[in-house]
Amino acid sequence: MAHVLLRHRDIPDIHKLEIYKKNGGFEAFKNAVTKMKPNEVTDVVKNSGLRGRGGAGFPTGMKWSFIDNKNWPHYVVANADESEPGTFKDREIMEGNPFQFLEGVAIASYAVGANAAYVYLRGEFWQIAAFLDEKIAEMEEAGYLGKNLFGTDYSLKIYTHLGAGAYICGEETALLESLEGKRGQPRVRPPFPPSYGLYGKPTIVNNVETLTNVPMILANGAEWYKSMGTADSPGVKIFSLSGRVRKPGNYELPFGTTFRELIYTHGGGVQDSRKVKAIMPAGASSSLILVNDDKILDTPMDYASVRTIGSDLGSASVIVVDDTVSMDWLINKTVHFFRHESCGKCTTCREGTYWMSHLTERIHEGRATRADVDLLLNVAKQMQGKCLCALGEFSTMAVVTGIERFRSDFEKVVKA
Amino acid sequence: MAKQITLTIDGKQVTVPEGTVVADAAKMAGIDIPVFCHHPKLEPVGMCRMCLVEIGRPVRDRVTGQFVMENGAPKIQFMPKLETACTNKVEEGMVVLTRSQKAIEGQRGTIEFLLTSHPLDCPICDKGGECPLQNLTMAYGPGKSRFLYDEKIHLDKMVPLGELIWLDRERCIQCARCIRFQNEIAGDAVLGFDERGRSTQIVTFSDPPFDSVFSGNTTDICPVGALTTEDFRFGARPWELQAQASICTQCPVGCNTTLNTRREAKAGGRIVVKRVMPRQNEEVNEIWLCDKGRFAYHYTEGKNRLSRPMIRKDGKLTRASWEAATKLAAENFQKAKKNFVILASGRLANEDLFNLKSLAEHADGKAYLYTHMGGGELTSLVGVGQGTDFGKMGAGTTIVVVASDLYQEAPVWYLRVKQAAARGANLIVMNARETKLDRFASFVVRYAYGDEVKAVNDLGKKNKIGESFLKSENAVILYGSDGLGIAGSTALASACAKLLHENGFSGKPNNGLIGVWSRANDQGAWEMGFQVEEDLAKALKGKTVYIAGADPVGDDPKLAKALEGAEFVAVQDVMATATTEIADVLLPAQAFTEREGTLTSGVRRVQRFYAAVPVSGDAKADFAITSQIARHMGIILEGTSVSAVFDILAASVKSFEGLTYARLAEVRPQWPLVGREDLYYGGTTYENKQGMGAQLSAAAGRGETVSIPRVEKEALPRPKEKELLAVPVTRLYDRGTTILPSELLHQRIGEPNLVLHPSVAENLGVVEGQKVSVSFDGVSGEAVVKLSDAISVGVALIPRSMGLAIREPVAVKVK
Repeated sequence: MAHVLLRHRDIPDIHKLEIYKKNGGFEAFKNAVTKMKPNEVTDVVKNSGLRGRGGAGFPTGMKWSFIDNKNWPHYVVANADESEPGTFKDREIMEGNPFQFLEGVAIASYAVGANAAYVYLRGEFWQIAAFLDEKIAEMEEAGYLGKNLFGTDYSLKIYTHLGAGAYICGEETALLESLEGKRGQPRVRPPFPPSYGLYGKPTIVNNVETLTNVPMILANGAEWYKSMGTADSPGVKIFSLSGRVRKPGNYELPFGTTFRELIYTHGGGVQDSRKVKAIMPAGASSSLILVNDDKILDTPMDYASVRTIGSDLGSASVIVVDDTVSMDWLINKTVHFFRHESCGKCTTCREGTYWMSHLTERIHEGRATRADVDLLLNVAKQMQGKCLCALGEFSTMAVVTGIERFRSDFEKVVKA
Repeated sequence: MAKQITLTIDGKQVTVPEGTVVADAAKMAGIDIPVFCHHPKLEPVGMCRMCLVEIGRPVRDRVTGQFVMENGAPKIQFMPKLETACTNKVEEGMVVLTRSQKAIEGQRGTIEFLLTSHPLDCPICDKGGECPLQNLTMAYGPGKSRFLYDEKIHLDKMVPLGELIWLDRERCIQCARCIRFQNEIAGDAVLGFDERGRSTQIVTFSDPPFDSVFSGNTTDICPVGALTTEDFRFGARPWELQAQASICTQCPVGCNTTLNTRREAKAGGRIVVKRVMPRQNEEVNEIWLCDKGRFAYHYTEGKNRLSRPMIRKDGKLTRASWEAATKLAAENFQKAKKNFVILASGRLANEDLFNLKSLAEHADGKAYLYTHMGGGELTSLVGVGQGTDFGKMGAGTTIVVVASDLYQEAPVWYLRVKQAAARGANLIVMNARETKLDRFASFVVRYAYGDEVKAVNDLGKKNKIGESFLKSENAVILYGSDGLGIAGSTALASACAKLLHENGFSGKPNNGLIGVWSRANDQGAWEMGFQVEEDLAKALKGKTVYIAGADPVGDDPKLAKALEGAEFVAVQDVMATATTEIADVLLPAQAFTEREGTLTSGVRRVQRFYAAVPVSGDAKADFAITSQIARHMGIILEGTSVSAVFDILAASVKSFEGLTYARLAEVRPQWPLVGREDLYYGGTTYENKQGMGAQLSAAAGRGETVSIPRVEKEALPRPKEKELLAVPVTRLYDRGTTILPSELLHQRIGEPNLVLHPSVAENLGVVEGQKVSVSFDGVSGEAVVKLSDAISVGVALIPRSMGLAIREPVAVKVK
């Protein structure tokens, strides 16, 4: 099947404007601006069932319809802060198929009445930012960005902006703070960005992958999009596969594809032909899926199904953990990541990740007792539901599920 | 009035204004929800997670919008997670549980998390005993920590955030109250967070560090012992301190303060002031205090305090009895007849000034106010009227600030005016140079020094700015003496008063003229009928002079010379000065910390201060000394009870009519709640239990006919070649007698200086920091050059009370 998002894998040089145009590029945007009303664009996206690809899976069209039309100007922000360990899909899109992404930004901007859109990239993506700047310039030159597009009174500018290397800036309100030039720390929500976003103005923040879907949905229609994937999760998804697999990488597959197909058919199976012990379907923020029964691998990868096995699909960064890995090592890794990335704004995450890191370190180094494992579990649960933003919660996921689902791994490393 | 919302908190029905957050609503209802980062004066941030509560909201029918009923009451849906009471606004029918098992566990968890990184050094912490973290730990904490002591983080404990404030990084709980105070309230965004996660720390990024005159307030609202003052650090334990209400004597704002005192071994067992704290008065200073008010009290206990009366014998001052000293003064005053001159300053209380004025009247002498600024009699005519409160000014009110740098001259007014502007007041800032207030102004008017009156007159004209002024419901003008002497400021006052009165902005609440005086009770002196004399040297020469609370000899060589030729000089002061050295009779006065009395603030509010420490030696209150002298002259003035003097004063000075000493001690309920039991909420600011004062009436408000004299201003001196026009300006920290003894402020005071525009400095061939000699009008001295491009090219600024006796605009030679 031809790719919907990773089209550069099918069409060489699609990052060149002429090639992109030759393959139907910008037609959807032109059609939207010249023939559709903004809310009609939103309706198509709504009907397609497209859900946000950043992790939360919120219906995209619905988010667009929340934009506060009593307060102007509006902004669109593309979240290209891709920082979740194990996630590397947005990078490939922007590097390989940049125009489709930028066209998505443009269509979203038209749909919500924004005349300025920002692409917020993590600091390490400075080369991609420079590349996108070139592409934006080419679009301006070709009349796809700028004033009075396609002879209408609609104008749009797209800007790139680099972060300074903080995981937290992937959280949309922290991203907005950072974009405003402030410290990247999350805001209290509500209010949500569609009513109070960039500079306090209504703003739509969408993930890169989400936006890259949009031109194809407009070009081919909502029904076409819904023909792929599942009823709950229509369309295609890029699964970033990593961990102990033979062929890690991005795989664009319809929602509902099973873990087994991803790991064995596409990923070439587990290294050294070992057994899958656990799966982290959403990077470091995952609740660990316990693969104690082979049938678990037959679970379809869509938002609802993954929930039935005690986890969340999130950004679909599937990390495969085999039976050589002990969970005390794994959670020590994730907790240290979150401790390092905690922004420090709220007590719970700042102090909780610090405390947990001491405990996981002691446990992993064999200096802990069984009581310490219980304490760790208790501290993680004490954090849950009390953090200012979702990222604080994320730090507890692997810890809680790791201890609860893989208790024997911990029994082996604690002192008697 | 805002729409009222009714909700239920812990089973109690509470009705509060719309927009109130749950934490504040609970507080209003007498229910404590523990908080650290939340402060009722700051925007909510929801960071500390201490105020976690369960919140339920009534379910509404999607179609009708009506509440869904269940068992005869609206069906309440609780959120699955705890929510922060500080960020959630009240909603009709909301149900809040602050003490449910779930909420208790959440609060206990937050305390436990906070304590994992907090050092256990309460026994040596200044905050111990008045510490929100300590108190809330006792009330809401788990009692026992599960965190290994050896794994505690260790951070720097003595980080200077400037020379006035110390930071203990271990104690900091990252609530950001200090940062937010500086950003939101002070408008000096000089603090911030550096790093992230557990490495997050408070830093200052200004040069000089913590460059703000409001820095001390951060120590009041810091909920732990992370921020302490250089002044009080390791000075005493809070529970050893006595508290007495007072009024700040450093500027005309009249901030309400509390003096904390203790018997001090280092002071030879005397009871001394250990610190000055703000005392809540939402109509005056809210819960804030500037650093000058907080730290410049040391003069009252300085080495050069006077405590014994003296008489000059054979050219030397020698000890004398009060009887002998006052008698000698009285004989000379009587002998002088019309040549008797009283020179008193606004450092004295209303009662002192009243007795002095009465003495001058009875003895046929003159009573001059020692000041550099005129026009005060007009404030008594046009107001401000009773009921004036910056806190109530907003949309519909115009506030004009002319020839004054409020940040430097009356910092808390700066805060209040800034806030009024944020509430929608039309702020017009008119000055010859850039000031900090400009940022918040609707209009900034820049005039050349000398054009002040013209600029004010233009406000009455039909232009954009004039119309914004004329069409307002209320208007006040704050006028100062930036670049002006007595003549200039008198002319300016007259122009302002005329403009206000002719447009109906007089005598009413939030209308009228406010003088930005240099001393705390200059306004009181004007109300008593004191006059200013432009040529003071001439007025003193050869006269019999009774000087109270002033140091003309130290301030101005011209006045020193004039007093050398005086017939007789009696000096009454708190401390030894250059003037006391030339005295024929020396009368030691009590400091404001040692006695009671009243002061009249610049917005004409009369407020009481109280005795906090024992009297130094034989010193007497000024009004009592004056009374004793008067008795020897056969004039009966009340001299035993302040309250009696006040009652006589109130009966004879019209603007005081109807006031009684007791009424000044009345308090009204205030919001937010601050004080001992609420210190986790509002900070360590003291609750006001000893009086919020009362405002004076204005002639215009009493329906009297008001006529404002037209004053022609003299033209500015014209600098000759190789001369510059120098103008006097006021700085917060100067070398005045009530500031200099506070050594911790010396770094901020700096050296005598001369501010030049960079291009002028270049022409003169001088660079920043260079010492130059300055001479004008018989005065000469050295000054350090400072550069500023916020002033116009043609002028040099010379700060007052910094060693160069500048009274008014003059032509200066700089070498």
